[in-house]
Order: sequence, then structure tokens, then C-alpha cells
Amino acid sequence: MEKHIQLPLTEEVARSLQAGDSVYLTGTIYTSRDAGHKRMCEALARGEQLPFDPADATIYYVGPTPAKPGQVIGSAGPTTSGRMDAYAPTMMSVGARGMIGKGARLPEVVEAMKKYHGVYFGAIGGAGALLAKCIKKCELIAYEDLGAEALRKLYVEDMPLVVIIDSEGRNLYEEGKAAYLKTQK
Amino acid sequence: MREIQAQQITDVVERLCIEANQFLPEDVQGAIRRCRACEDWEIAQGVLDKIITNFEIAREEQVPICQDTGMACVFLEIGQDVHIVGGDLTEAVDEGVRRGYDKGYLRKSVVKDPVRRGNTGDNTPAMLYTEIVPGEEIKVTVGPKGFGSENMSAIRMFKPSAGIEGIKNFILETVETAGPNPCPPMVVGVGIGGTFDKCALLAKKALMRSTDVRNPDPYYADLEAEMLEKINKLGIGPQGFGGKTTALALNIETLPTHIAGMPCAVNINCHVTRHKTEVI
Repeated sequence: MEKHIQLPLTEEVARSLQAGDSVYLTGTIYTSRDAGHKRMCEALARGEQLPFDPADATIYYVGPTPAKPGQVIGSAGPTTSGRMDAYAPTMMSVGARGMIGKGARLPEVVEAMKKYHGVYFGAIGGAGALLAKCIKKCELIAYEDLGAEALRKLYVEDMPLVVIIDSEGRNLYEEGKAAYLKTQK
Repeated sequence: MREIQAQQITDVVERLCIEANQFLPEDVQGAIRRCRACEDWEIAQGVLDKIITNFEIAREEQVPICQDTGMACVFLEIGQDVHIVGGDLTEAVDEGVRRGYDKGYLRKSVVKDPVRRGNTGDNTPAMLYTEIVPGEEIKVTVGPKGFGSENMSAIRMFKPSAGIEGIKNFILETVETAGPNPCPPMVVGVGIGGTFDKCALLAKKALMRSTDVRNPDPYYADLEAEMLEKINKLGIGPQGFGGKTTALALNIETLPTHIAGMPCAVNINCHVTRHKTEVI
């Protein structure tokens, strides 16, 4: 099903999404990948605040290329989400709900998604030039020393995504492959 | 003896880093379009359409196809009658990478220590491979390699008794384990033979070969075709959402090996399989 979603990602909206849905996201999201997640989780462990309000937030696992003059952002496709599996349950425990990336997740992440009503969206890996088109604003908000891995606040319009794992733990990677193979018998 | 200035190598590497990241090779473009025409699974068709739009945008606007502009793998085939003058070769290549990644607005994705990390800030050092060949030219190939796919690669030291079936199962197992992570449709580079290190290099070199060119040995050309067909029956599909198009091509390179061994390396690449060559 095709759905247009306005962020933030409330529990109600999250629970309405199902694995396999084609989704167009509009609103504010935050970028972070390996080094940024490590720092955020270390900050939380010390009892500190995050650089942004995590409540109902969506995090895009991306390290963009530098913007050319006149560009909002450089190429900005998803990175492999599995590397954030060690941090994702902690992020969800403080309210972050949406994750955008590509690739498989560990069972403990799926369990946390069921507990906190999280949603894992897939963006097309390797389509960085295309995805940059829906990013209308980009602001660096923290960890500037990390370069491509710094924390950025983005405003996206109709970002084309697919729900890979929904808040009930259903998984498009498993269901899509099985459904296709069934047609080949 | 022909003299080639180190500066000239820097200039070529700089240009190839930028062009390889903006323009998908014609053969890979063709393979993606052919797979789109044959794909009958709806979600897979949609993904392949977006992948095509993406490399067209990159080409027209001269921006990186993918944000992971990779580690710069640089292959130099140096003619034995060439004398490189005016600087250090390794430094000349790194300077080319440094400039290319700066001027091309490419991402700097290299850390200075594998464990203690810390970005080098300029995407150096290059992963440099040199080979001495007859002649008085230098053939420069730059293949930026992303790590979403590199991380899903594998090597195994088989006993000779494992035979061709052992190798076939290992290739399939590696692709199946990779699943959606390396941004399928993939290009699969396979190295068979040599030593542990040479075998891995063969697999990387297989990825630098055109997807339209088959192994000159009919035995391995048949194996390439057979394994591609088997991979495309796994059902993983573009991005892992299901479908026919799991791999665009599978290239095999081989070397003689020891009586006691049969190494096999599988180097996975994504649909943004980039490489560009220039002869000095």
C-alpha cells in the first residue's frame, strides 16, 4: 500500500504501518551512523541529554558526500543498518521510533521495535543521488569533528521508502523473498 | 626507456576518482537495464527503475552515484621500460586520491587505524596494487570500493577433495548470507587458486573486469553462467525485497595453486560497481 506520512512518527502512525508498505515521508529526521550512535549512547549512559529530542524521532543511517556549491546536501543514500544494531534498542528506549537504512537487523532490535512500537524503513541502497533530491534542508547540529558521520537535522519531502520491519515484527526481507519464490514453483 | 612524471600519475588518478564515482560503466548500466526488462516481480521493477533514475541523475548532474564513494583501489600495470621521475610513486597516487576526493566532493571514508579509528580526512591512503608488465606504458585503473558490499565478502581455504561442488556451495552460501546488506543486485567477483592473499586479489580483479566479458576458459565461462543462474533463483531480488534480479554478473579469475590446496574468495560488489581505466 502507498502511504504519505507526516512526521514526527507517533505511536499511532507507527502502528498503522505494515511490512511492504510503500511510504513517502515528509518532515524532520536526524542523521547518524556508527560513530554518532556510539557517542549518543555513551552520553545517555552518563545521564546526559542527546543533541536532539528523541521523542517520536526518526533517524536516517547515512553519511552523505559533501554538498557541491548550490546543493542542500551531497549524495545521501542509506548505509548498512546492522552496524547500528548494538545501539538501536537504547535509542528506542528513550523514544526514537523510526529508523531508515538498508539490510538485515538482529532479533534483539526487532524485539525492541515490538516493545517500543518502532518502524524500520528501507531506502534504496546505492541511490544516493536520487535520495538527495527529497532533502530540502540540512543543518549540522552536533559532532562536527566526525565529518560525514556528524549529526545532521534534515527536512525531507516525500522521501520514498519501504517498510521493511513493522512494529509487530513482520519482515519484508523474509516475506518478499518467500512470496516471490512461491510464484516460481 | 620512457620517462613518466609522477605528476602525470597524480593527474590521472585525480580524474579517474571523480569520473568513476559519477559515471556508472556502460556495461553495468546495460546489465541493469536488461535485468529490468526481464524482471517480473512488481516491487523489484520499482526498485530497478529508481536505480536507473539514480545513475542517470548522477551522470547528468555530475554528482556521486552513491554516498559511499569507497576506498580508492588503484591498480597500476607498469611497463618494465618505464622510469617514473619527479617524485615518489605511492605519494603521487595518494596525492591524486586526495585531490580527486576533494575536488569531486566525494566522501572521505578512510580511518587511519582499523581498531583505534580516526578519519584521515582526505580518503588516503589508496589501496595500491602494482604489477610489472612488458612495455613502456602505465595502465591506471581506479575502482572505488564501498564497504556495505565489501563487508559481505568471504574467503575459504578448501581441501582439493571439496572439488567444484565445494566452490559452488561456498559462492551460493556467501551470496545468501549477504542477502539485502550489499545493495543487490550485486556483481560477484570470484577468485580461485593462488595463495591466501593472491586469491583475494583475484576476486577483487574479477570485479574490475567488464560484466560483458566472460572468462576465456570455456570451463570457467560455463561456471560463471551456471552460478549466475543459481544466484538469481535464490529470490533475494533488488534490495532484498524479493525478485529475480539478485546479481547482475559473476566474474571468475583463476591462478595455479598448491597440490594441497584450493582457495576460493568471493568479493561482493553492489549495483554501483565502479571502475575506470586510462593508459599513460
